[in-house]
Amino acid sequence: MEKRVTFKGWFLPLLLVLPQAIVSAVFFFYPAGQAVWQSMFIPDPFGLKSQFVGLGNFEYLLGNSYYRASFVTTAIFSTLVTVVSMGVALYLALLADRLIKGSGTYRTLLIWPYAVAPAIAGVLWLFMFNTRVGVVAWYLGVLGYDWNHVLNGTEAMGLVVVASSWGRISYNFLFFLAGLQAIPKSVIEAAAIDGAHFWTRFRTIVWPLLSPTTFFLLVVNIVYAFFETFGVIHTITAGGPQQATTILVYKVFSDGFVGQDLGSSAAQSVILLIVVSALTIVQFKFVERRVHY
Amino acid sequence: MATVTLDNLRKTFGKTEIIHGVDIDITDGEFIVIVGPSGCGKSTLLRMVAGLETVTSGEVRINGARVNEKEPMDRNIAMVFQNYALYPHMSVFDNMAYGLKIAGKPKAEIAARVADAARLLQLEPYLQRKPRELSGGQRQRVAMGRAIVREPDVFLFDEPLSNLDAKLRVQMRLEIRQLQRKLGITALYVTHDQVEAMTLADRMIVMNAGVAEQIGAPMEVYENPATTFVAGFIGSPPMNFLSDSALPALPPTTRLGIRPEHVTLTAPGRGRADATALYSEALGAETLVHLRLGDGEQVTARIGGKTVPPAEGTELGLAWPDDHAMLFGPDGKRIPPG
Repeated sequence: MEKRVTFKGWFLPLLLVLPQAIVSAVFFFYPAGQAVWQSMFIPDPFGLKSQFVGLGNFEYLLGNSYYRASFVTTAIFSTLVTVVSMGVALYLALLADRLIKGSGTYRTLLIWPYAVAPAIAGVLWLFMFNTRVGVVAWYLGVLGYDWNHVLNGTEAMGLVVVASSWGRISYNFLFFLAGLQAIPKSVIEAAAIDGAHFWTRFRTIVWPLLSPTTFFLLVVNIVYAFFETFGVIHTITAGGPQQATTILVYKVFSDGFVGQDLGSSAAQSVILLIVVSALTIVQFKFVERRVHY
Repeated sequence: MATVTLDNLRKTFGKTEIIHGVDIDITDGEFIVIVGPSGCGKSTLLRMVAGLETVTSGEVRINGARVNEKEPMDRNIAMVFQNYALYPHMSVFDNMAYGLKIAGKPKAEIAARVADAARLLQLEPYLQRKPRELSGGQRQRVAMGRAIVREPDVFLFDEPLSNLDAKLRVQMRLEIRQLQRKLGITALYVTHDQVEAMTLADRMIVMNAGVAEQIGAPMEVYENPATTFVAGFIGSPPMNFLSDSALPALPPTTRLGIRPEHVTLTAPGRGRADATALYSEALGAETLVHLRLGDGEQVTARIGGKTVPPAEGTELGLAWPDDHAMLFGPDGKRIPPG
């Protein structure tokens, strides 16, 4: 049975929807529309007039090897961030779920990193891994490893992935722990009596029952990796070295605001919008089918 | 086929001991009901046998072998939970087959055993359904089926009928009893319902505050309760207790117990005590008459359903045969007659 409210006229329902409609219009539809509009122009160097080029910006981008490389970088980066942050969070949640004493303390400590803003988290990790003064970099040097994420693209990628995942682990941990605690204890006990050891129980009972949580986190984390990691990348590597950490959203910023190519930047925003919508549709269409609610 | 022995079994949570040493030898195929009010430790006792709670001291033996340190899966037991604990993402078939699949049984054997259990429990039309698509009674049957297909040494039931409505409870009670008889598997059954205990048990353990107050066959416990707790808990309506203020003939500080069906109503002054009728409850086959004694204590008498009950405020005499009166000491223990 669905509960429905019935209205007599059109005035009240429209009025009730209005605030949300205004917010969406001002902060989403208008800028998105502007981006689509601007993506069809090339402004002159002084920003005095623009020339209409139709889909020229898109044509140029798709033929550009740097832009295509950024796609690959984004795919690697977001996959790693999602896998690392969700994997570690699930592991910690499984441990915290088994705790009997002091679970409150652990939980609080594990949730703290979420309160740190991405840019600050970036600076924090940057200091630890700084090639000259970083504690971790120094210890790695003592162990005989020459850490230099300023020159080494792989190390740079590793560092931004770790820094981006760090704060995210807290968020994912919270959801995984809640998901685990929502599984009735007697179901786990029944499985134990049926002969399933911990790993079998996890594979056949816990993981399937956790799948709604996992699916939700998957969508949210990919969106996070696509957009919200900007601060971390900006503070740690600024997209370098040699664009090794330039993900799509960072390229929107650097081409538009550093390179002053606003038309191309707008075109990139539009492509990004399409990619994320497509990803979300794919996730809901195909992954959700395997989710047990 | 198994015997179960509990040997001075104790359980402590933190510093509080909640099971104070329970002993019982359960023979093969016996149906044992652990009955008591909530919080008496009956579920904890069952969970210790299952291996879901650690044993603080004492021993659990299945077929003579100590199983204290064994994991639940290594004890060859099956348990039916109060909330059924079905796997919500699996079909009825998969729920029942789960334990067999883990044990690595061949597919054909699994299918055959599940089919047998489904036939026995009339679950055949529902094998492909998910638990959420079943009614409470059907879920209960699936939980039973999951226990049966494993062919365990011991069945453990943790209040399996308390989530069902009254009619279904009576029906399932009967089915559980017939099934256990047919399969001949030793069973331990926890309940707070004394009717379930009376009807199901070969022997019952009446628990109170972590102590097994009495262990015995239902009728033996009913006829010869060892303590006032057992006398008051087993039997509905509960036994009447009269103190020496109502019966001056009693030795001081002792109490006399008499079951409602043994109390007969006579004219005032003609019985052993006088009372005033308060109200009656007509249940059809019988009528319960509640009366108040001179010292304020209440007494219930059970009379035939056709008998006209006394009007409110009527003065009456209460009588009972001597051989049905039981004397209890100040510590609550029964004082043997004679």
